Amino acid sequence: MELIVALAVGVLTAAAIYLILRLRTFPVVLGTAMLSYAVNIFLFATGRLAINQPAVLLTGGPYADPLPQALVLTAIVIAFGMTAVVVMLALGAYLESGTDEIDMKDETKGDRT
Amino acid sequence: MSLVLIAALPFIGALFPGLMIRAGRNACAMMTGSFTLLALILLLIEAPAVLQGEVIRNQISWIPSLGLHANFFLDGLGLLFAGMILGIGLLVILYARFYLYKTDPMGQFYTYLMLFQGAMVGIVLSDNILLLLIFWELTSLSSFLLIGYWKHLPEGRQGARMALAVTGGGGLALIGGMLLLGGIVGSYDMTVILQSRDVIQASPWYLPALLLILLGCFTKSAQFPFHFWLPHAMAAPTPVSAYLHSATMVKAGLFLMARLWPVLAGTDAWFYIVGITGLITMVLGAVIALFKDDLKALLAFSTVSHLGLITMLLGFGTAEAAVVAVFHIINHATFKAALFMTAGIVDHEAHTRDIKRLGGLRHLMPITFTIATIAALSMAGIPLLNGFLSKEMMLEEAAHTDIWVGIFATLGALFSVAYSFRFIAHTFLGPKRDDYPGHPHDPGFGLWAAPAFLAVLVVIIGILPQTVVGALVAATSGAVIQAELPYYSLQLWHGVTPALFMSIIAVVGGVLVLMSFRRMEGVWNALPRPEAKTIFDWIVEGIAGASRRLTDALHDGAISRYLMIFAATAVITGVVSFMGGTHAAGTHQLLPAGPMAIIGLLLLTVASLGVVLFHRNRLLSLVIISVNGLVISLGFVYLSAPDLALTQLTVEVVTIILLLLALNFLPKETPRESTMGRKWRDGIVSVAAGIAVGGLAYALMARDLAFQSISQFHLDQSYPGGGGTNVVNVILVDFRGYDTFGEIIVLGIAALAIYALTQTLLHGRASRRLMEIGKGIKRDGDRHPLMLVVATRVMMPIAVMVGVYIFLRGHNEPGGGFVAGLVVSIALLMQYMASGFAWAQARQRADYHAIIASGVLIAAATGVGAWFADRPFLTSAFGYFQIPPMDKFELATAMAFDLGVFLAVVGSVMLALASLSRLARRAGETVNDTPMDIDPSKTTEEAR
Repeated sequence: MELIVALAVGVLTAAAIYLILRLRTFPVVLGTAMLSYAVNIFLFATGRLAINQPAVLLTGGPYADPLPQALVLTAIVIAFGMTAVVVMLALGAYLESGTDEIDMKDETKGDRT
Repeated sequence: MSLVLIAALPFIGALFPGLMIRAGRNACAMMTGSFTLLALILLLIEAPAVLQGEVIRNQISWIPSLGLHANFFLDGLGLLFAGMILGIGLLVILYARFYLYKTDPMGQFYTYLMLFQGAMVGIVLSDNILLLLIFWELTSLSSFLLIGYWKHLPEGRQGARMALAVTGGGGLALIGGMLLLGGIVGSYDMTVILQSRDVIQASPWYLPALLLILLGCFTKSAQFPFHFWLPHAMAAPTPVSAYLHSATMVKAGLFLMARLWPVLAGTDAWFYIVGITGLITMVLGAVIALFKDDLKALLAFSTVSHLGLITMLLGFGTAEAAVVAVFHIINHATFKAALFMTAGIVDHEAHTRDIKRLGGLRHLMPITFTIATIAALSMAGIPLLNGFLSKEMMLEEAAHTDIWVGIFATLGALFSVAYSFRFIAHTFLGPKRDDYPGHPHDPGFGLWAAPAFLAVLVVIIGILPQTVVGALVAATSGAVIQAELPYYSLQLWHGVTPALFMSIIAVVGGVLVLMSFRRMEGVWNALPRPEAKTIFDWIVEGIAGASRRLTDALHDGAISRYLMIFAATAVITGVVSFMGGTHAAGTHQLLPAGPMAIIGLLLLTVASLGVVLFHRNRLLSLVIISVNGLVISLGFVYLSAPDLALTQLTVEVVTIILLLLALNFLPKETPRESTMGRKWRDGIVSVAAGIAVGGLAYALMARDLAFQSISQFHLDQSYPGGGGTNVVNVILVDFRGYDTFGEIIVLGIAALAIYALTQTLLHGRASRRLMEIGKGIKRDGDRHPLMLVVATRVMMPIAVMVGVYIFLRGHNEPGGGFVAGLVVSIALLMQYMASGFAWAQARQRADYHAIIASGVLIAAATGVGAWFADRPFLTSAFGYFQIPPMDKFELATAMAFDLGVFLAVVGSVMLALASLSRLARRAGETVNDTPMDIDPSKTTEEAR
């Protein structure tokens, strides 16, 4: 199971970074969203994995580590806030400049690729 | 505490001029002067004890962990300098009152001046070298403001910049040197350092510390080759020149050399570096001064020369020379400040400082002429004036040191005589001219009072040195030497000594040089000379150009490149540090992987690949990415994290809707622009990062915790302490409530930022482009379909009920404010999607800003409530209640907190979406009056 979670983290990270390195804003936004998935799972995994042991005090234990879960819960919500702001920034930049490229063009030295 | 007060008074005084200027210029000057006067009186009260050899201390511990104490001490050296700073400061305040023009902002001037004064007093009274460094930097900054006071003059601005660059740069070196010194001794207290001579001089760090400290002192005191900034600083108003550039700031370097003389002097390194630098500066400054036509430039270079003289005396490293240095500091301050002030008067009245355009002023300005002559003769070293005494003693010391030193010292003195006489002769003597730019005449008493006072001092010190300043020189020299005073006598006649002959040579030679001035000037002007300003500008330009090129090269505006470098660096750093350690296999008991988990991973992998492969089709990639979110939610369920699963699921829905709405206004396709090489490069970086992060995650999970985690505490205390059985929720609203409180604020800020951004997009270029885009959007004929409208209406109460249920049970079972807020948001969203935003909003009166605010305020109020029970912020309370015939139920303050979370989440999500729909309206989306496009109660014909 640990291997599967680790693979999931790796796959998500690789895809996220590839998207973040694209040249247009929208793939970058998707990339940051995917990167937050990866980071959240990673943080969650620091509490080690447990099956059928939710930290709800009814079964008498043992319980999964509740602390990383609490941290990740807030992280998920903050990631939403961040994605929302970033996509609005991307939208604003596109509407202002008419292009959704993420690299600035150097006007004195001509375009860069 | 009086020392602290003496240092603080100028700073306090700095607060007032800006206000007092409204009461008039006299009131402003008097207010400013009264603070200086008060500080001076406090100092004089301490003076008798200090002159007896006592050392007065005030100590306040400031940041003990850094060794930084606000310790002050007053000994003879401190008394001399503080007296000079405050005494001449008072005269300068008086002088400036009459010197500044009506158009000059006087309040500003006095504020800068008092800041400077406080910083200077701080330097000379500090008993802690870190404190001293702070004041040292303050003098550089305040002098920058003062030199650039006339902001409209380019020379003023350039001079200020140059002074700041040179003295500030030296200040940095000084910080290094002082830290080394403190490190050698093990204490930053000056008193301790002064008693550690042997330790310091035996240390291998002595030379680096010495060099750095001297760099600081030489730049501040304008020693060769850093002397060039001082003449350029003359663009400042004359009161500043008189104060900073003759009497005080430039002497800060001398002060520090004198202060550290007991521990640093006496070595070969000290002798050669300090002595020779001083000698060169003295001769060079004197020669250049002679050929300057600008009165202030002449005085500036003569100051450079005299500072060199004092530096040289300190450099000799003998007690006798140190006494002479102290004596000359006093004398130089008196005659040079007076000279600057008279030069200022000439400039003020004749409207020029160019010697070539002056001459014959003695008839027109007899009072100024008298003062200037006394001061200049003292500078030349003519008997009966104080400059003569210390110059004689200096020549004596020079002659004892080395024959060549004696010769060069005589040469310096010779040129000193020549430029002093030139100052008098070419300005005041000669025939009266009729082409002065102004109408020169003696100014009012206010302007000449200060220099006249100094001129009187020059004379009485010159005649009765022992009586007037004997005690001060003794106390100061004692503080510098920190040992038995050598034999010396402050008197006019020392008998027939080598110094007497050197003096006579200097005076006669000086007069001869001046008589042949025209010819010498021709030769001087024909000589090629390096222009310091050009070299300085060239260096500054070079450094600025190099950093600009570096910045341009690194920071070219291509964010994709930074991100690539960042990602690659992170991976490489991680791999290198991983390789550097030894690693044992993990011992953690691994869990078996069921078929469901494998299917989940496959789905996730396929979806992630799909996003990457189809990312150019933005809509498709958005649809595929939502698969990831769902799989992850299921994963959380499987791995015992029901709260996370709920949150992830609801957040996923909201995020995708938001991105869809934004995509409405963005291009739907990403063009193919990446080259094949670029794709490979990015692919390699991202795969490497994926392997690294995945490997790290695996390594982490395969190992046991390195130490006992605090999680058990939360599990144990959740029910007895927090009153809830859902530990995750109890952590959020109780144990770590403060974090959650911060987080809902962040979420609210994010929503407000989105709102503000939208607000700006509704104007100007963005708005026009939005309308342009709106024309191109294809709209469905049935935008608000009947089925969707009816279904969402039916679902609404159910969804809200689910939200309330999830909220209420959150404390004990999976759920809580976050999830409930998201569920309710989705329920509202569905209405908006079904019938259009404007239609739905018209039926709902709440303002989203207010919802966010009330959420944050309710959470805060819950936290504040704990104060009334004498508990820290956000301590929760709970109890069990029973209302028959219902079951016993629990009420906890944490629930109110969770309500705040709920409201903040609802408000934030809705505000973000509302912002997007405002953009949609601008893009031409129409508002419908009916909930759906087709009214089912009418027949098709009626509807048409």
